[in-house]
Amino acid sequence: MDKRTTEREAVAELRDGMTIGIGGWGSRRKPMSIVREILRSPVKDLTVVTYGGPDVGLLCNYGKVKKLIYGFVSLDSIPLEPHFRKARQAGAIEAAELDEGMLQWGLLAASHKLPFLPTRSGMGSSVLDINPDFKMVKSPYADGEELVAMPALDLDVAFIHMNRGDVRGNGQYLGPDPYFDDMYCRAAKKRFMTVEKVVDTAAMANEGPLQSRIINRTMVDGVIEAPNGAHFTECPSDYGRDEAFQKEYAATAKDPDAWEAFRAKYLDVETEADYQEAVKNR
Amino acid sequence: MSDATRGEICAVACADAFRGNDEILASCFGTAPAIGARLAKMTFEPDLLMTDGICTVVDMPNPVSGEGHEQVVEAWLPFRTVFDHLWNGNRHVIMAASQIDQFGNQNFACIGEHAKPKAQLLGMRGAPGNTISHTTSYWVANQTAKVFVPEVDVVSGVGHDRAAKLPTESTQGHDVRLVISNLAVYDFETPDKRMRLQSIHPGVTVDQVVENTGFELVIDGDVPETRIPTSDELALIREKIDPKGVLGREVPNPE
Repeated sequence: MDKRTTEREAVAELRDGMTIGIGGWGSRRKPMSIVREILRSPVKDLTVVTYGGPDVGLLCNYGKVKKLIYGFVSLDSIPLEPHFRKARQAGAIEAAELDEGMLQWGLLAASHKLPFLPTRSGMGSSVLDINPDFKMVKSPYADGEELVAMPALDLDVAFIHMNRGDVRGNGQYLGPDPYFDDMYCRAAKKRFMTVEKVVDTAAMANEGPLQSRIINRTMVDGVIEAPNGAHFTECPSDYGRDEAFQKEYAATAKDPDAWEAFRAKYLDVETEADYQEAVKNR
Repeated sequence: MSDATRGEICAVACADAFRGNDEILASCFGTAPAIGARLAKMTFEPDLLMTDGICTVVDMPNPVSGEGHEQVVEAWLPFRTVFDHLWNGNRHVIMAASQIDQFGNQNFACIGEHAKPKAQLLGMRGAPGNTISHTTSYWVANQTAKVFVPEVDVVSGVGHDRAAKLPTESTQGHDVRLVISNLAVYDFETPDKRMRLQSIHPGVTVDQVVENTGFELVIDGDVPETRIPTSDELALIREKIDPKGVLGREVPNPE
């Protein structure tokens, strides 16, 4: 079994109007080589579900996002994502904003193929006004409590980035936090995993503890080797965040000329390899 | 006469917010709360649980400025486990507020209409779930009438009036406790849980507080002064917790 594919083939699976999930958290272990490929593709009107970082800023900037389902969008070391802010302040996207725990709950419900999961989160806050289609559910037990029925966040396609993987689709993270990447995979019809390095299955045992191997091959349809693929977000223990590059990216939100130059140099290139080359030569 | 700065008075007020919390996860947004939680843990609340800000519980988190130390990891707390932990109720968070009203409804999501905000800020983050699940206090580094507002544009953190409209079983964890600003400390110890001026920082007048509040504050007779840090507390802050004095950037000392 060999599930290896490319960013281009994976993104070719996308159709206008699809709902996609993007793993990672803020500016941490994001499948950025996939995001860059989406920017190069004609796909549009996506609904994006994510703990947002520069993936969201870039996709908004390129007009790929119709609706965003999120709890926050941040670059971590730069708390506010400036390109996302611009899109929001222009009213360019539909913003289905959630409590960040509700986002997890929606992914977990979808990954268990449940219609919803109950929670108290959101009650009394504006989350329920922003998402008027959310319903309450009454506990069938003696307590009779009314709870928010957080609907499942079913995904058409999920994209995640792992440190290691094998050709069959087993994946391993080597940083401190798995985030919610396993849930995105289980919540989606089609799942693509980029990895820093494709290794032999047996060799994964030497890379990290057993508990780091949270992705098994039933959760993945395509494996893409993408060295430095999470750049400029962090991907510990392989590399940290490229803070200088992130600053350069963030600064382009204030200056249309700087943005055009950034875009021409790094994004409107033919392939991911061209991007990596441009980053190396800067 | 103490030489404590305004920032240090705020940090100690944040420390006092954790008094009596015992063995509970203490989380912070901002420098004064981060210093306060460390100070509380070093002195009167040694059993507080604190993280490295990423995903491990550590015996003593690094200072807010200056050299780090070898941290002993007590436990693993990745984001998914943070939600398990906080929905369980074992936490006191001091969050920031871009806007807060008289019932403690808080907003740091956006300013203006949510559909097309004038200013997009952090987003809801965990505020709705935090406030409904466990003790929450707020830190406002620069109190003005634009922050202490009659009505918040968006409710991220749920205040007392909104919680009172929910069934009691839904709000068993709800406890919006204190608001600490650069001017004063506020609580909600009033019959209808409106914000009350609990203590005023030395050097601040009631008029100054009222001027910088966009709603009617409950003021009960003579308002006491916020506690002055002890010399031991000042030594810990200046030598161990914030040796480079970054607190002064968050809370400039009044002229």
